[in-house]
Amino acid sequence: MDEEYDCIVLGTGLKECIISGMLSVSGKKVLHMDRNKYYGGESASITPLEDLFTKFGLPSPEETYGRTRDWNVDLIPKFLMANGQLVKLLIHTGVTRYLEFKSVEGSYVYKGNKISKVPADEKEALTSDLMGMFEKRRFKNFLVFAQDFKDDDPGSWKAVPGFDPVNTTMSTVFAHYNLDKNTIDFTGHALALYRDDDYLNKPAGDTLKRIKLYSDSLARYGKSPYLYPLYGLGELPQGFARLSAIYGGTYMLDKPIDEIVLEDGKVTGVRSGGETAKCKQVYCDPSYVPDRVQKVGQVVRAICLLDHPISNTKDALSTQIIIPQKQVNRNSDIYVSLVSYTHQVAAKGWFIAMVSTTVETDNPEAEIAPGLNLLGPVKQKFVTVSPIYKPLDDGTGNQIFISESYDATSHFETTCLDVLSIYRRGTGDDFDFSKVKHNLGDEDM
Amino acid sequence: MAQRGGAQRPSGGGQGKICQFKLVLLGESAVGKSSLVLRFVKGQFHEYQESTIGAAFLTQTVCLDDTTVKFEIWDTAGQERYHSLAPMYYRGAQAAIVVYDITNQDTFGRAKTWVKELQRQASPNIVIALAGNKADLANKRMVEYEEAQTYAEENSLLFMETSAKTAMNVNDIFLAIAKKLPKSDNNARSCWMLQVITFKTGETM
Ligand SMILES: Cc1cc2nc3c(=O)[nH]c(=O)nc-3n(C[C@H](O)[C@H](O)[C@H](O)COP(=O)(O)OP(=O)(O)OC[C@H]3O[C@@H](n4cnc5c(N)ncnc54)[C@H](O)[C@@H]3O)c2cc1C
Ligand SMILES: Nc1nc2c(ncn2[C@@H]2O[C@H](COP(=O)(O)OP(=O)(O)O)[C@@H](O)[C@H]2O)c(=O)[nH]1
Ligand SMILES: [Mg+2]
Repeated sequence: MDEEYDCIVLGTGLKECIISGMLSVSGKKVLHMDRNKYYGGESASITPLEDLFTKFGLPSPEETYGRTRDWNVDLIPKFLMANGQLVKLLIHTGVTRYLEFKSVEGSYVYKGNKISKVPADEKEALTSDLMGMFEKRRFKNFLVFAQDFKDDDPGSWKAVPGFDPVNTTMSTVFAHYNLDKNTIDFTGHALALYRDDDYLNKPAGDTLKRIKLYSDSLARYGKSPYLYPLYGLGELPQGFARLSAIYGGTYMLDKPIDEIVLEDGKVTGVRSGGETAKCKQVYCDPSYVPDRVQKVGQVVRAICLLDHPISNTKDALSTQIIIPQKQVNRNSDIYVSLVSYTHQVAAKGWFIAMVSTTVETDNPEAEIAPGLNLLGPVKQKFVTVSPIYKPLDDGTGNQIFISESYDATSHFETTCLDVLSIYRRGTGDDFDFSKVKHNLGDEDM
Repeated sequence: MAQRGGAQRPSGGGQGKICQFKLVLLGESAVGKSSLVLRFVKGQFHEYQESTIGAAFLTQTVCLDDTTVKFEIWDTAGQERYHSLAPMYYRGAQAAIVVYDITNQDTFGRAKTWVKELQRQASPNIVIALAGNKADLANKRMVEYEEAQTYAEENSLLFMETSAKTAMNVNDIFLAIAKKLPKSDNNARSCWMLQVITFKTGETM
């Protein structure tokens, strides 16, 4: 390892693996190391099941859990938006060929102590109990406006008098369509996927784009806008690591990282044991540079093993439930996600539910109770409270580019924005997708 | 919506069916894994090939009497060098060729470790072939044919000595694997696969 590289990437979490892939594809000589002997860091899917129990200091699971090798349990729950940034990255880099996805069966929203399906088409919308009949008409008019909206086409703004995407707030747009509180709640949290209500007084353009992302994603595969990879989210970092390797990236796992070496305030290498690899840049997650990040919040997550689906979801084998903040008197939403044996993440007949939210009190576990209450009997629960770190600077000075911890959002959009921003800060360029050759020898994929 | 392999996919209709299988190559660095694939798929050999960069995903078909077997071949992309191969690599593989270099005893030891790993991690029905490569360098031989053959028999592996350089036994080892693979229509995974979404490369957004 006593060689010279353009970039050294530390940690094989999803963000670091995507960055590593992009750097290798762009012709950089990359060394990618992890202190663990497995890929994925925080974004690994834990297997076999004993490893999950051990991680939480529990004795090995009883036999009822089936073959423990059949389990691949994510630590951070997320789904992919079918038309979102991560899918774009996957397709343009060809990493999709290493992965298989399933469409998530349904998306639900919590309203007045029960859950209702987020309608996936007009037929479902007509019978939905989320809105009364006149409200449905108003909502439809709003939706037509959102769907036709284009950032750069003032012609598409006309339906709302005086509208412009930057100066008009979202609450003004809702007011124009005369939507009631529940519809606004549902639109902002279950369609635009905001975690709190700050968006209401911000430029409407951003919210409208998020609603479009939702409906474009829905249009792609039908049942819900979300996708989930077979064998768990841990496959994603591995796929991007493989991309990086194909373009010449060198991989070393199980490497203790002892020091990031700086000279004159700029990084010059990374020391592991007695060896030092030279480099011009370091890219890493916060755990490799505890003194260069600050804590900005916490996320609480409960991993729950169930032997049954969630009630009132038509026995869906995968689903998402959003509990909008206002419904339970909070400032941020609670997310519930469910995947199962059909995704090769659990033994036959088993389900994995995750309940998560941004921490607001001294008793995080109590905060997710409204989500836990929807699950029915839980066989085993693992609760974590994880700090969210952000880098102290943008890295352009010392050339150490640090990713942010994974947030409480239920999808990968912020993950990708962070990756693209880091790439831009590190290379001074936006990632050029055309640099990826598509024919890496595969003729007919 | 295209479906990626993993499951065999017998295509319907009268005579002859097509089955697709995922095949992975394993073994120490520089034993000739990439060279074997290049010989099998493109009929080429590069004497001074730099350690693998580039092609890491190739397909090639083998015709049996009534069946066409399509191999989806995964190469390691060099991730084996520091023992950092990702589990996704051999996940769902229905066939594996474990390669060693007959002129290097260490690579044979390493091959045995890979076989053990496959028996522990991979699906129980996986077809494993052991390839003693660089058979053209017989004058530098360090691993005896009989030793490897005995080991292969004990572990129910297909076994051949091969040469990516002269093409000796290269097609034959793939053909032997194709013959041994189960080609029944009722593969438990294939019904799940029907609902699985994959994307075509280059699909526009
Ligand atoms: C997630 C989601 C996605 C959606 N996607 C789409 C989409 O892609 N495209 C789309 O077009 N819509 C979409 N919708 C909106 C939904 O399709 C409409 O709510 C639905 O079309 C119902 O419209 P409506 O005006 O007929 O319904 P309602 O207003 O509920 O009307 C129901 C019935 O009452 C009658 N009626 C309604 N108002 C009056 C009135 N004032 N006087 C007399 N009779 C009346 C109507 O004729 C109708 O037969 C979506 C909704 C959701 C929640
Ligand atoms: N003489 C001889 N050399 C070979 C043979 N197969 C591969 N090589 C050489 O061995 C080196 C490593 O081969 P490569 O395919 O890159 O090995 P890999 O790291 O296992 O993929 C290259 O220089 C090849 O030319 C063979 O059958 N005979
Ligand atoms: Mg190779």
